[in-house]
Amino acid sequence: MLAHLFFFYFFSIIAIFSALMVITSRNKVNSVFFLILDFISVGCLFIMVGAEFLGMILLIVYVGAVAVLFLFVVMMLNVAEQKQSWFIGKKSTHIPSGLIVGVLIFLELLVVVGGWKYKENVMSSSSLVVNEKISNTHQIGNVMYTDYILYFQVSGIILLLAMIGAILLTYRKREGVKTQSYINQISREPSSSVEIKEVEFDKGVKIDD
Amino acid sequence: MIDIGLGHYLTLGAVVFFLGVIGIFLNRKNVIVILMSIELILLAVNINLISFSIFTGDIVGQIFTMLILTVAAAEAAIGLAIIVIFYRLKGSIRVEDIHGMKG
Repeated sequence: MLAHLFFFYFFSIIAIFSALMVITSRNKVNSVFFLILDFISVGCLFIMVGAEFLGMILLIVYVGAVAVLFLFVVMMLNVAEQKQSWFIGKKSTHIPSGLIVGVLIFLELLVVVGGWKYKENVMSSSSLVVNEKISNTHQIGNVMYTDYILYFQVSGIILLLAMIGAILLTYRKREGVKTQSYINQISREPSSSVEIKEVEFDKGVKIDD
Repeated sequence: MIDIGLGHYLTLGAVVFFLGVIGIFLNRKNVIVILMSIELILLAVNINLISFSIFTGDIVGQIFTMLILTVAAAEAAIGLAIIVIFYRLKGSIRVEDIHGMKG
C-alpha cells in the first residue's frame, strides 16, 4: 500500500507538472516533449491501477503516433518565431476570463469528487463485473468483441475516415515531377516502339526523331 | 491518507482537465498548443473513466476509454492536416490570421 501511495504521488506530480509545462512553455517543441512525458506518466498510473492494456495502448497510440505527429508538424512548419503574447507583456483581456472559467470548472469538479459516495449495491448493479481470474486484456476482449462489437467497428470506420481525410487534405499535385504513366507503359507494343533497319554497307543509319 | 482511493484519481483528472482548459485560454494565438490542450482534456477524461472502471469493478469504462483514444487520434490527425494546409496557403498559423470567414 505504501508503494502504491508513493508511486501514485510520484507519477501524478510528474503528470501535473508536465501538463503545466505543456501550456506555459515558450518553445512548442518543448511543449510536445512535455506532452509525451505527461502521457507516459499517466500511462504508468493506468498500469499501476490495474488497467495495463489501456496503459500500453496509451503509450503506443499517444506517444507513438499522436505526439510524433505533433512533433512532425511543429518541426515542419516554421513557427518558432511566434511568441506567446503573455510572455512579452502585452495586456490581453481573455486571460482573466479564462482563469475564471477554468477555476470554476476545477472547483465544480472538486465538489463532485468531495461529495461523492459509493452506493451500497453499486458493485452488484453493474452487469459486466471484473473477473479476477483472467487478465485485463482478456476481459476487455471478452466484452469488446461481443457486447460492444458495434462500437468497435464504428471506431474503425472513424479511423478510416480520418485517414482518408488527412490524405485528401494534404495531397497536392506538384508541377514538374516525373511519374510513371502506367497506361502508356502497358499499351506499348513492339510495332509502335521497335523498328528494324536494314543497314547498308559503309553507310550509317539515319534515325529520324 | 495511506489508502489511495477513487478520490485521488478523480482529483488528478480534475487538475489535468483544469490545466487543459486554462491552456486553451492562455495560448489563444497558437493553434498547435490549443490542439495539445484538447489532448490534455481528453487524457483527463480517460483518467476519470479508467479510475471509475477500476474502482467500481466494471470493465465497460475501459472500452469507452479505447473509443476516446480512437476519436482523439482521428481528431489530432485531421486537425494537424488542416493546420498544414492552412500554413501552405497563408504562410502562418496565427489565430488572428484565420479570418477568412469574417466570423
